Amino acid sequence: MTGTGSAVELRGLSKSFGQLRAVDRIDLDAAPGELVALIGPSGCGKSTLFDIVAGLEQPDGGEVRIDGTVVADRLGASAYMPQRDALLPWRRVEDNVGLPLELRGRRRADARRVARPLLDRFGLGDFAGAWPWQLSGGMRHRVAFLRTVVARPTLVLLDEPFGDLDGLTRRDLQEWLGTLLTDLGPTVLLVTHDIAEAVFLADRVIVLTPRPARVAAELTVTLARPRRTDDRESPAAVCAERDLREALQSASWTVPRR
Amino acid sequence: MRRILPPAIVLAAAVALWEVATAALHVSPEILPGPVLVVTATAGQIGPLLPNVATTSEEALLGLALALAVAIPMAVAIDWSTTVRASVYPLIVASQTLPIIVLAPLVVIWFGFGLGPKIVLVALFSFFPIAVGAVQGLASADVLIIDLLRTMRASRWQLLTHVQLPSALPQIFTGLKISVTYAFTSAIVAEWVGASRGLGVFMTAAANDAPRQTDLVFGATAVTAVLTIALFGIVAALQRVAMPWRPRSRA
Repeated sequence: MTGTGSAVELRGLSKSFGQLRAVDRIDLDAAPGELVALIGPSGCGKSTLFDIVAGLEQPDGGEVRIDGTVVADRLGASAYMPQRDALLPWRRVEDNVGLPLELRGRRRADARRVARPLLDRFGLGDFAGAWPWQLSGGMRHRVAFLRTVVARPTLVLLDEPFGDLDGLTRRDLQEWLGTLLTDLGPTVLLVTHDIAEAVFLADRVIVLTPRPARVAAELTVTLARPRRTDDRESPAAVCAERDLREALQSASWTVPRR
Repeated sequence: MRRILPPAIVLAAAVALWEVATAALHVSPEILPGPVLVVTATAGQIGPLLPNVATTSEEALLGLALALAVAIPMAVAIDWSTTVRASVYPLIVASQTLPIIVLAPLVVIWFGFGLGPKIVLVALFSFFPIAVGAVQGLASADVLIIDLLRTMRASRWQLLTHVQLPSALPQIFTGLKISVTYAFTSAIVAEWVGASRGLGVFMTAAANDAPRQTDLVFGATAVTAVLTIALFGIVAALQRVAMPWRPRSRA
């Protein structure tokens, strides 16, 4: 199974839409349990890259290996969390979390038996029976994260998962998510355009160029996971953020101020 | 209460004006009976009226059920197959230009004088709003949610039951509410062409009596309106039951 020991490997991945080249010969590896952040401007082709890995799109060139094997039909091989929380409004919180299990043929009651302890463990137990509209944006995102991990995927894809949240909620949620992912231990690819977020969550950060997306630089964050609020101000984090900012600038992209 | 009161006041004023006008102008009750006469005459005929109400209600409800049973699967077929969408959907829309009322005699020729032709005619009237609502509702499902479930390897059937049908419910119910307003009227029209019982038969009999029992025609019309409003209310209540996830303020 494991040829190179990587949980996921992208080799020479390319994708165009008509004249527009979205992804250009991307090579990328992630070790089992590793959290790799992909950083680049919005609309640089990161989402296309994820659609390919998730199996929603097929690449024009290159291949995707999961656990060392080339997988052509990748639907279901990873757990994907889109930019919006995408909760199903007609499902209660616990049934949103249990959805991936139900789609695999588990009964609703069975799915709930898995979803409820997970909700309890990550602080959402009181909301198990609530409807999504009753929750705040931050809570909805937590529910969506739990839905992403409920089937214990080995590979998780997070596409700008904090996109539409305010700054404070974002920081709270980054810490909560960091703990969750370290606890459950899947391999994670995280797309973001936020430098601080990439450094706070990732083992390794890969800088992508603006369209077409190409790997421009790579940087390792040495802090142990999960990270705490204090880690944000630590010398290692500050250094990593500065290096990233420089890498992004030389990848010809103006860094937005936060 | 605040929603019911203003139209109730207007209605009461109109009825009062009607009563005063018929009395003051000495209009013959065969031409235009006053509301008091309509109510007392109809109340006096409640015994004969009820079986007719039952028959027409049965036709209306079964017709709506038939329309639903055909419209929803057809909407799914249109959603699933571009061939069906391209070939059938334009015909469904075009079929609305046919005056369905003139089909009534044909339907009687084909299906006889029993319950069948009434159900078919009600279904013909009710089909279009439900089908169009369902087609649009199924297509309006959030693409992001559809894609998310595809990454979970959801089948087409699972996408339909878990995402598309729940998203389509508001539009299906809107279509159904429009259809409800046609249901009793189309059942009565079908009865006029040929039937042995029903509100339509009751009305024609009253109109052709000597002397004409115009008050009963009005009474049966009022009963039809009340039945339609009641069914509309039942559908609205069903919608609230079928969609418990909606915030109360929007329900």
